[in-house]
Amino acid sequence: MKELVVETDGLTKRYGDRLAVDRVSMTVRRGEVYGFLGPNGAGKTTTLRMMLGLIRPTAGAASVLGRPAGRPDVTARIGALVEGPGFYPYLSGRDNLRTMARYQGLANTEVDRVLEMVDLADRARDAFKGYSLGMKQRLGVAAAMLGAPDLLVLDEPTNGLDPAGMADMRALVVSLAEAGQTVILSSHILAEVQEICDRVGVIVEGRLLRESTVADLRGGATLRVRATPEDAALAALMRLADDEGVRRSGNETLEVELPATAAPDVVRHLVAHSIDVHEVTVAERSLEDAFFEMTSSGMASNKEVAS
Amino acid sequence: MSVKAMVGSTAAELLRLRKWSAIWVIVGAWLALSLSFGYVFNYVSYKTGDDNFAGDGASDAQLLAELMPSAIPDILVSGLPMFGGALAMVVGALVAGNGFGWGTWKTVFTQGPSRSAAVGGSLAAVTVFMFAMMTATLVLCAGVSVAIAAAEGQPITMPALTDLAQSFGAGFLVLEMWALLGFLVGVLAKGPALAVGLGLVWSLVVENLLRGVGSLLSGVETVTDALPGTAGGSLAGAIIGGPNGTPGVLDAISGERALVTVAAYVLVAAVAAVVVMRRRDLA
Repeated sequence: MKELVVETDGLTKRYGDRLAVDRVSMTVRRGEVYGFLGPNGAGKTTTLRMMLGLIRPTAGAASVLGRPAGRPDVTARIGALVEGPGFYPYLSGRDNLRTMARYQGLANTEVDRVLEMVDLADRARDAFKGYSLGMKQRLGVAAAMLGAPDLLVLDEPTNGLDPAGMADMRALVVSLAEAGQTVILSSHILAEVQEICDRVGVIVEGRLLRESTVADLRGGATLRVRATPEDAALAALMRLADDEGVRRSGNETLEVELPATAAPDVVRHLVAHSIDVHEVTVAERSLEDAFFEMTSSGMASNKEVAS
Repeated sequence: MSVKAMVGSTAAELLRLRKWSAIWVIVGAWLALSLSFGYVFNYVSYKTGDDNFAGDGASDAQLLAELMPSAIPDILVSGLPMFGGALAMVVGALVAGNGFGWGTWKTVFTQGPSRSAAVGGSLAAVTVFMFAMMTATLVLCAGVSVAIAAAEGQPITMPALTDLAQSFGAGFLVLEMWALLGFLVGVLAKGPALAVGLGLVWSLVVENLLRGVGSLLSGVETVTDALPGTAGGSLAGAIIGGPNGTPGVLDAISGERALVTVAAYVLVAAVAAVVVMRRRDLA
């Protein structure tokens, strides 16, 4: 197993009577892109802030890069964009980054490097207050990448970006991941997470409901087979797959819980039993489907616990 | 807190402060006020023979003497207890308080320096600016007084270096005290607006009212003698040689006690700002 870059143990944050984060234990491995998902107010940003040492946990602990979260030597190895970019409005984008670079003792060439990476070099001399939301967001990502950190924490990095900007940001994260960069990506855009994340953690009402690979979370694919006669097809498919893995879905269509690669075998099997095969399609559950299913059931179970 | 981190933080803060027009507006306002109240009004009064608010009853010879280079130590500190301190407080409150609204403290703390180093760097940068403000005031006073002496055909007699150093040091300490108190209030209020408002009302109004009450009630006077305005005003008064009619210049406490009190406020404000920022959640 790859080295753990982030490991939290029962991380909890309480504000008065409100439990913002409730015993979250999550792990992020070196070199992976970890998607951190949850509805608004679920506790994602609070968890990330605790990892960065911006707020102290009420209980539990977080270890980042093998050391307690919040230590300056750890924070120096993390690049973070948390809940929107915070910069000096009167400074240019470049001067903002120069300021942040000086905190790390970095040369101005590093500023130029990250400006190029987020495609802001042309507007780097403009004042931050004149930037569009998308440009501000890109500058925030640039600041996070200063000094080539070991861990990149990006909280909603595509907020405010136009479709082209979102595609660029996605490509940037993918290229970073390909270069071995560990990334924690909090995002509402599930298609984006599905596309670029290796593993995800789903947090609802402060609790980590599930942590798994994207594929596991989505579940296996289902083959939808339209064949006649339906009863004969059902019997044939039940012999091929587990009895419980086959069900009718109406319109002479049967659903078989088999991977997409099994489609040729299924067709051959049915034809061998003199069954007419009209259509075979692969039905895959999207991350969005899995997420909504999980968050709605998670909220319901949290309410049951509360009541 | 490593020296390297502190140096880096100070360099970062100096870069962003020197490019902040609001800071230069305040420095410009201070220099304009120093020039106006230190030289322009008195010189106009001297030339026209009209009384002004500070030179009420002063002879022409006295007025001219106050405009000469030898009077630089007095002029250097006379404006500090009133508007100099208030402007320094605004600088401190803006530097610390805006970081919350803009979210820049959050960004800075995720760049790697310890909170102590980051806040220490900010305090150091404010200190450098207060020193620069005092230096600019000295240069302005020297230039204007020499020009007036030349224009009036008076001998150019510079003050003793020890007097000048004492005045500069006292003035710098008074500015530093108010700037760091403003910084602390900006940290506590998590924003500049409340800090600037409360700070100005306190330094310009509340302390004066309390001193008025204190002159009637000895118990209150004990408290007012320990307040920053009293300490700053008395330190300036000790340099000038007692109240000269300039608002805020006092002789409520001795120069030595005033120096210790001002220095104590500088230290307490700096330490308190660092401690609060180290312990605070940045939500």
